[in-house]
Amino acid sequence: MSALLEVKNLQVRVEDREILHGLSLTVNKGEVHAIMGPNGSGKSTLSHVIAGKPGYEVTGGEILFKGEDLLEMSPDERAAKGVFLAFQYPVEIPGVATMTFLRTALNAQRKARGETELSTPDFLKKVREVAASLNIPQDMLRRGVNVGFSGGEKKRNEVLQMALFQPSLCILDEMDSGLDIDALRIAADGVNALRSSDRAMVVITHYQRLLNYIVPDYVHVMSKGRVVKSGGKELALELEESGYAQFEEQAA
Amino acid sequence: MNVAVVKPTPERALGELFATARDRLPGSGIVSEVREAAFAEFAKRGLPNRRVEEWKYTDLRALLREVAPLAAAPDQAALAKAATAVAALDVIDAYKLVLVDGVFAPKLSDVSALEAGVRLNTLSEVLEDRDNKVRGDLLLTNATSDVMVSLNAAMATDGFVLNVDDNVALKKPIHIVHVATQTGTAAFTRSLLRVGKGAQATLVESFAAAAGAQTYQVHDAVVVWVGDDAQVQHVRLVEDSHDASNVSTAIVTLGAKTQFNSFNLTSGSVLSRYQGFLRFGGEHANATINGVNLLKDRQHGDTTLVLDHAVPHCDSREVFRAVVDDRAHSVFQGRINVHPDAQKTDARMMTRALLLSDEAEADNKPELEIFADDVQCGHGATTGALDESLLFYLRARGLSEKEAQALLIQAFVGEAMESIADEQLRELAIATAERWLAARG
Ligand SMILES: Nc1ncnc2c1ncn2[C@@H]1O[C@H](COP(=O)(O)OP(=O)(O)OP(=O)(O)O)[C@@H](O)[C@H]1O
Ligand SMILES: [Mg+2]
Repeated sequence: MSALLEVKNLQVRVEDREILHGLSLTVNKGEVHAIMGPNGSGKSTLSHVIAGKPGYEVTGGEILFKGEDLLEMSPDERAAKGVFLAFQYPVEIPGVATMTFLRTALNAQRKARGETELSTPDFLKKVREVAASLNIPQDMLRRGVNVGFSGGEKKRNEVLQMALFQPSLCILDEMDSGLDIDALRIAADGVNALRSSDRAMVVITHYQRLLNYIVPDYVHVMSKGRVVKSGGKELALELEESGYAQFEEQAA
Repeated sequence: MNVAVVKPTPERALGELFATARDRLPGSGIVSEVREAAFAEFAKRGLPNRRVEEWKYTDLRALLREVAPLAAAPDQAALAKAATAVAALDVIDAYKLVLVDGVFAPKLSDVSALEAGVRLNTLSEVLEDRDNKVRGDLLLTNATSDVMVSLNAAMATDGFVLNVDDNVALKKPIHIVHVATQTGTAAFTRSLLRVGKGAQATLVESFAAAAGAQTYQVHDAVVVWVGDDAQVQHVRLVEDSHDASNVSTAIVTLGAKTQFNSFNLTSGSVLSRYQGFLRFGGEHANATINGVNLLKDRQHGDTTLVLDHAVPHCDSREVFRAVVDDRAHSVFQGRINVHPDAQKTDARMMTRALLLSDEAEADNKPELEIFADDVQCGHGATTGALDESLLFYLRARGLSEKEAQALLIQAFVGEAMESIADEQLRELAIATAERWLAARG
């Protein structure tokens, strides 16, 4: 098995406060990893640093993606290389039609990879197929990006993009928050459809329930900026029973 | 000791400006008198400086320094260069009327194609028509005493006098194209459009340079009367060369129950001032006056609008957007006068500026003078940078920094372009903005 993502002893600061204190995580192709952990433990911070969000200072460690130094790349280079983060809080972009956004993004990634741009009919066909499979109505695609979308619709729009861009690493930050039971199942089906031997997923969640739908190979517990325990899918069930208290002591 | 009083160079040049141009200026008799009075007014006051309240952000004495000498009438070579420039602009289906260096160029225009119900004369031929007793009025206005309008009256060489008869709906826009072919000279033009009762017309104005034309000046004025129940669209695209100057004025009078919809896009000129004076002269009229400035390098772009709600029951909407990069400077001044008996006026003005660099600057001066009590008037203004979280979202989806900025800028200016009713003109404005964005690299 070849490592797709290697996070080694990562230390990250935000505004002079260290949030991640030497975090390590290796994700191989074909695997699904779940990351759980209390509020404020640094899960979103990790996902942001992997995606390249500005404002974080990496003071130590490294991140390799397909063997390359990810921290040297701009966010768009990372996206073109196959990193995708489904945001915990997707932003609204008024005035930019969802369709225009999707086409510009897809073609920018293809261009960066030296592939030809998709023709408009091919693009439309593809979006319609994916949208239909995720139960996303066409009129949502005509609106501004996430503008006036419900919390659940925003999350579905993230999964739609993931399905469209076909990234090799999918990081899902609390994809399940704000989704009703039916929407959760549909979104999880969408994610599962993307599982493949040359793609990996990192699923950040607070709830075991999501992991019934997207069954992980590994579960990691994060606390106070570190991975404090790793195990198989049964670890999530254990957490549901006992909570995080034991790990908080460990991390302190 | 006798010290000769030597006037500073700009003002000395000023006197010569009119003296050397006189032979070329059409019209004698009453027209000459109007011109002389107008020039005397200009000579007395000179170019406006920052102590003139209406010009405080655009000090022409500092920025323009002096009025350039009148451009020579275009020769064959100039017309050939202009033809190439016009062809590049010829993207909309319209009746095209071309002015080259301030002179009508019939060979580059579509005069014969004009439909029934429209009468067209050139400004110069009407000014020369001795049988026309009111020809001097073409150079007069009581809408403003602005000194640059006086200069325009004194120096105007050509332009168009257009009449659209009552109840005529023009099938295509009238497109006045201003092309400069020379370097270091000034063109002075004035056009008048009278739209009859119940008529519908669209006026498009483009300003552009032929290849090689540099540091020229454009001094233009447009006077529009909109008859009762008429509908008029007015779209301006200022794409002059990046070292040119453009000082333009629009004077608009609206009749009762009219709909007036205007949009100005300035992306060219190192120095530009677009001043609009709009007067509601009849009840239940409705005006939308929108604009976009796209400025970079050291461009200075000023849009100044004065709206007079002189009668009751009229609505006005102003949406202005500025995108300012590098060391450019955008100015928006919006004045709304609500006269004492203009009850039920509904006037709103919203202006937003987007600063793309630390050295970019935007000034905004709203002025509301309200003398009626039963009115709704509002204005709002924001100035800021692009939202970092939106930029990151787009970049995380694969857009480069410039692509992400371009998409957000398009959305930002799009709010002011939505009001352009005619689809081909809206597309034209969008395409012009896209060109500006593409040129940012
Ligand atoms: N921009 C920032 N400025 C200051 N502190 C920050 C910033 N971003 C994150 N933090 C802090 O870093 C810590 C980790 O935040 P993070 O969002 O990564 O947690 P999380 O594990 O995703 O929590 P949750 O489960 O609530 O989503 C928190 O204490 C948070 O307040
Ligand atoms: Mg989080």
